[in-house]
Amino acid sequence: MINRLTEHRELDSFDIRYVALILAILGIGVLSIYSVTYGQRGVGTPYYLKQLIWIGVGAAAFLIMWASDYHHLARFAYPAYAVILVMLVVVLFEGRTSKGAQRWIALGPLSFQPSEFAKLILVLVLAHYYSKAPRVGWLQRVIVPGLLVLPGLLLILKQPDLGSGLSFVAVYAAMLLMVGVRSQALGVILLFSIMLFPFAWEGVWGSLHDYQRQRIMAFVDQDYDPGGKGYHALQSRIAIGSGELLGKGLYGGTQSQLKFLPEGHTDFVFAVFAEEWGFMGVLVLLALFVGLIWLSLEIASKAKDQLGALLAAGIVAMLCFCVVVNIGMTAGMFPIVGIPLPLVSYGGSATIMIMAALGLLLNVKRKRLSLFY
Amino acid sequence: MATAHYPETEVGDLHRRLVILRVGLLLVVALLGLRLWHLQIHEGPYYRDLSENNRTRQVLLEPARGLIYDRHGVLLANNVPSFSLYVTLEDVKDRELLVKQLTDLLGLDAALVRKKMTAKGSKLLPRKIKDRMTLRDATLVESHRLDLPGVMIQVESQRNYPGGMTAAHILGYVGEISGEQLEKPEFLDLHQGSVVGQYGVEKSYDRHMRGVAGQKNVEVDALGHEKRATVVDRPQAGNDLYLTIDARLQKVAEDLLGEEHGAIVALDPTSGDILAMASRPGFDPNVLSRELTAKQWVEIVQDEGRPLNNRASQGQYPPGSTFKIPMAIAALETKTMSPSSTVFCNGGYQFGKRLYHDWKAGGHGYVDLHNALVHSCDVYFYTVGQRMGIDVMAEFGKDFGLGKATGVELPSERSGIMPSTAWKQKAKNEQWLPGETISAAIGQGYVTVTPLQMASLVGTVANNGVSYRPRLVQAVMDRTTGNLMEIPAVPRGKLSVKPETFRLIKDALADVVTKGTATRAKSSVVTIAGKTGTAQVAALRTGPEESIPKKFRDHAWFVAFAPIDSPKIAVAVIGEHMGHGGAAAAPLAKEVIETYMKLAPQVPTVTSDRPTMEGPGRFSNDS
Repeated sequence: MINRLTEHRELDSFDIRYVALILAILGIGVLSIYSVTYGQRGVGTPYYLKQLIWIGVGAAAFLIMWASDYHHLARFAYPAYAVILVMLVVVLFEGRTSKGAQRWIALGPLSFQPSEFAKLILVLVLAHYYSKAPRVGWLQRVIVPGLLVLPGLLLILKQPDLGSGLSFVAVYAAMLLMVGVRSQALGVILLFSIMLFPFAWEGVWGSLHDYQRQRIMAFVDQDYDPGGKGYHALQSRIAIGSGELLGKGLYGGTQSQLKFLPEGHTDFVFAVFAEEWGFMGVLVLLALFVGLIWLSLEIASKAKDQLGALLAAGIVAMLCFCVVVNIGMTAGMFPIVGIPLPLVSYGGSATIMIMAALGLLLNVKRKRLSLFY
Repeated sequence: MATAHYPETEVGDLHRRLVILRVGLLLVVALLGLRLWHLQIHEGPYYRDLSENNRTRQVLLEPARGLIYDRHGVLLANNVPSFSLYVTLEDVKDRELLVKQLTDLLGLDAALVRKKMTAKGSKLLPRKIKDRMTLRDATLVESHRLDLPGVMIQVESQRNYPGGMTAAHILGYVGEISGEQLEKPEFLDLHQGSVVGQYGVEKSYDRHMRGVAGQKNVEVDALGHEKRATVVDRPQAGNDLYLTIDARLQKVAEDLLGEEHGAIVALDPTSGDILAMASRPGFDPNVLSRELTAKQWVEIVQDEGRPLNNRASQGQYPPGSTFKIPMAIAALETKTMSPSSTVFCNGGYQFGKRLYHDWKAGGHGYVDLHNALVHSCDVYFYTVGQRMGIDVMAEFGKDFGLGKATGVELPSERSGIMPSTAWKQKAKNEQWLPGETISAAIGQGYVTVTPLQMASLVGTVANNGVSYRPRLVQAVMDRTTGNLMEIPAVPRGKLSVKPETFRLIKDALADVVTKGTATRAKSSVVTIAGKTGTAQVAALRTGPEESIPKKFRDHAWFVAFAPIDSPKIAVAVIGEHMGHGGAAAAPLAKEVIETYMKLAPQVPTVTSDRPTMEGPGRFSNDS
């Protein structure tokens, strides 16, 4: 009886709505990548096919994560973090450079981006840290985990990869919020932040590459110099805006088809989608994301222990952050920082990582339901 | 419930905080949705417009410039396709490699190519490396296109003057419109890069010849590569010009001047048609119509011989003894002299403390008006001038068109100077001195004229006082309608000079050629009447002509018309520093006249050999 019940519950844990949402969003991604690279004479495999391969690999990662036990995984959090830090060091010296940033490690014909995986591992590390013992006092709650985050953050900023760096900070902030910080500790953080701000600003602004500074400046004055630094932002807004209510249809996006919109298949894939499918399409995609995040929050809130809850919350925070910042930056609400849209943007490392993360989320749910076992 | 299994400590807090997260999430998503609604629905049409403009480029289609023909339909200016090689540095990976490839492939000068590639300018804009490539070279580059990144061949319309230097000053040249020109209202419909006439009739008739640019709407990608052309607004070709000049006569006149500096103007006195207008040294308009480097331009402008100066309409010279023609007419008309009254010439004329010399040291003895012209007696005309006064002289000079531009259709025509007491007061704020009248009487001093004015003057005499404004363009053909618009001759009226006066003057001018100072102009083909002149360059001259440095030698004048009974051609010749008019200039005028008289019967109508014209019968010449 119990066995049958658990079996049923195990199947139930493979939440069909959850998987359907993920597949729908992935489908939109492949379609947009197909459309934007349609007619491009590429060398070798077309992007949409490659993305399908990444999704296949991602699906495998998803299933492995779902089938495993996050408690076991959490035990490897520190060693995994150490490995990824080494990789982040390696990427600085041996990495492949693209568009002014050194982010990729070549593995034969493939290359992968350690900073993407670092985000997931950071979630694991912080969840593990907070769940292991009651962390009391602001030193244990804020400073020590902060010191854990710092090396990874600095290495990623050095690449430079502002987007991943911000994701790191976002995950850290979300975790702090989850475990709760006393108002006194918050006060101290606030005070320190204000005192350190000039130095931090100097350090951050000074360490940014020219193109990053220009993008931020372009954000401040959006219509300034459309041929220059504001170019990406303006072209993206034109793409989205010109989609109007119903969009221009598949392949109909002149902004992306005629390459006015740069990075149409990666960071700006949302603009491509918005141009071709209009506001209606945008509403559908937003609804899918809200649904996915909503279910994920559900999982987080019903997790059976703190580790599970923190893991789920961290992953949701990461997902939320990427979705909001990516759409916000393509729509001209934020500066362009180079964060891909999860499950939609082309990219092997990001796709595999996010699918693995979602698998882990589902694992949290599965473990809750298999408690009787 | 699952919550029952939670440890009651921190997870409970966590649950509460997740609610905050949910509310936060909904808020943020609502904000995103609002922003997207604003972009796509509220501002959607605006961005739709922007995206349309983003992908379409308006490309101007340059019109074909009108052609230029001579009076017999000989082509003087046309357009030829020309291939230019452009390099966009942004797309060039290895500059040195490209230099080597280009020099190997086309035999270009490596240093020059390197210099052009390193010259200042945007890396993104194509820069011209070589123009006027042969078709073979252009094909060669096109076939190696994949090995030559950043290299582009552009077909451009290049103005071409088949005759080379022939009639260069009349035709002028074309060039890219300058920034200054773009500001002017007459170039309002033009744009940066438009080619306009910069000199000669190319400039004065630019409006007719430039045509109207068409437009092509091209869909491009972000790299500016043409995807497809959508709307085409055809360019309108400019109108063709038919000039009054005879290309053969023009060539003869130019060859006669050869390496000398000077000008020859030949016109038809019965219509004002300019038959030839040579100015030397000259220039090749093909070279000037190309893109010149600053250095090349400086070389041309600073050339001592001033080749860009059209000496026929812009050169101002003292008329010397040719001025005696209007002086003689004035003397008779004002009755200052009767045809038979004489003056004794002893080789000099004393006025105040100064002795004015005659060109002939011993003097001419007693001379009447006829002999004074035939032998060009200076003392006779000193006397006439002294008696008449400068203001009467100026009146007659102006009647014959001196001191004012003729109005020929060429830019920057000069007017020369016909001095008077009022002129001196105005120009120099000085009183006219009586001695200056004496110099002016023989065409020295302040008096200056252009060769064109002198040709017109002698033509007016030949035509018994009836004169026409000199003109270069007799018809414009509208390329869109095919209609030929004839430009009528512009009469300038008839001088109120007695026919008897003209008869006497013409007799004298005929004798100048038969037995006077211009016997070297005597022709066996046609009767010629004329007047020599020698314009002094340096005041003090000693020794024989040959011993004087060339630049101090006199200018040689000869003005003439022929045939005497029914004049068909009037000619003015000036040879700078060529010495005596009779010796240097007269033979040139004779050659021009004889050539024209030989050519004229062969071409009874101007339309017979003009193949490109529709309805040739509509075109006729009243001469």
